[in-house]
Amino acid sequence: MSDGIGLPISHRQRLWLYGFGGLVLLFLIAPSVIIVIMSFSDSTLLQFPPQQWSLRWYQSYFQSLEWRDATIVSVKVAIMTALVATPLGTTAAYAINRGTLRFNGTINALLTASLIIPVILVGIGTFFLYARIGLNNTLTGLVIAHTVQALPLVVLTVLSGLRSYDMNQERVARSLGAGRIAAFWQVTMPQIRFSIVSGALFAFITSFDEVVVSLFISGGETTTLTRRMFNALRDQIDPTIAAISTCLIVLSVLLLSLAQIFGRRH
Amino acid sequence: MSAQSALLKEIAGPAGQDLNAQALRADARRESLRLLALLAPSLFLVCAIIIVPIGWLFWLSLFDETGAFSAANYARFFEQASYIKTFISTFKVAFIVTGACVLLGYPLAYMLSQLPRRAASICLIFVILPFWTSVLVRTYAWLVILQRKGLINSWLIDLGVISQPLSLANNFSGVVIGMTHILLPFLVLPLYASMKTIDTDCLRAGMNLGAGPAATFRQVFFPLSLPGLASGVVIVFVLCLGFFVTPALMGGGKVVMWAMRMEQTTSLYSNWGAGAALGVVLLVVTLALLGLFQWLLGARATGVWSSR
Repeated sequence: MSDGIGLPISHRQRLWLYGFGGLVLLFLIAPSVIIVIMSFSDSTLLQFPPQQWSLRWYQSYFQSLEWRDATIVSVKVAIMTALVATPLGTTAAYAINRGTLRFNGTINALLTASLIIPVILVGIGTFFLYARIGLNNTLTGLVIAHTVQALPLVVLTVLSGLRSYDMNQERVARSLGAGRIAAFWQVTMPQIRFSIVSGALFAFITSFDEVVVSLFISGGETTTLTRRMFNALRDQIDPTIAAISTCLIVLSVLLLSLAQIFGRRH
Repeated sequence: MSAQSALLKEIAGPAGQDLNAQALRADARRESLRLLALLAPSLFLVCAIIIVPIGWLFWLSLFDETGAFSAANYARFFEQASYIKTFISTFKVAFIVTGACVLLGYPLAYMLSQLPRRAASICLIFVILPFWTSVLVRTYAWLVILQRKGLINSWLIDLGVISQPLSLANNFSGVVIGMTHILLPFLVLPLYASMKTIDTDCLRAGMNLGAGPAATFRQVFFPLSLPGLASGVVIVFVLCLGFFVTPALMGGGKVVMWAMRMEQTTSLYSNWGAGAALGVVLLVVTLALLGLFQWLLGARATGVWSSR
């Protein structure tokens, strides 16, 4: 449409469209921007724009043992989830990409089920199961539950990488005498590694931001950051949360730009 | 049949061909087993964490509090007014939020599809970034903006538009605004992706045949964008039905939606049968809507996830 011919819109309408679209974009981004600015306010009142600037809410975040412990739990769980979900999702995507299995469609649906099934049902079900096998309030339990939530994203990301890769290259390597694992590792892996890294980043942030399942299965010493935030928000609006939110937004921006960079190189 | 293959057939003979076929079949079987072994850990986890507990909850939902086999947990939905109220407010929120997402999202996706590539990718960041920001962070932001002493109210009072603060948060409007913000990208991304695939030659042909811009849009572009719109609508609607965080934090206890009801029934009252029955119905409604969509359009609703 670059030549400007054939656009189904008149010039005056285009102005309206761009104006309205711009407002919607503002609606989407404004809340995050407001929170970032307010986190540097000196006041306990929620004023915007702030009258005085300070880092007191960041201090109150970093000096609070409770918040620090919760952050450490979340980081640990997110790293472990990425470490578990990435190899599992990659091997699964590899198998699905072959497309030779009889129940390929069913397998695909099963692996992406957690995108569709209401997360509240998964939370209650997982709590119920964990109560029987003693995994509630454990890091292991959290990592397992988050891995299931992150798997579909890893599978879909790696699959899209594999789709633009010619599997015949691996066949050539094998016909030249490379073993199955060597062929994958030396020929396929290097070409889809950016998708794999993107998948790992998505897995990390899925786990780190996960709320509903964590509400049910984390607690005590394994309280995640999101669970503590949820409880704090139920009670009152503490400006410390603005500082924590800003950190979370910065983390999202960082991981997303990394994923974009890797995605582009792929 | 060529001479060569006839010759081969003669050499191999019926027995030899059979052997080859057997070897090939065995190889294919081994290959399938290897692929299954690659899938096994993931499938095991998904079954153990999602399928088994949900099946278990379904089984539980078939028994009443005394442990007798009955449909009491399901009959309750039609008998108790509080359940009916929950369903009504859930569907009300879902319809309004989906409608708001369409009204805001369609023009935005249309604008994105019209912009030059570079400008479009910059604007897309504004859609994708909130998509990847924690739901909690965004709900908190709306609480700060909408509450009694929040930004909107203090601005409006300073400007002299109102004298008493409006109640925007902790009620129905707060839930709708917060959820619309959170779910909007789920509509915009698949819609934008489908608008990008519309062949501009169709539009040019429409204009050549004498249609003005408005008519071309109405008769050519809009119908072609409907599948993308439908997939966005279905995803947003389905996510609304099971939404928990925003109504729980912004409803102020006045708006009880389906997922909150499930949480209350199981955590607060430990009534697993009733909570499980709610979950089963929610899952059935969700799958039915997705199935209906897939049947109507032959598309996979999970497409949005790969498009982000």
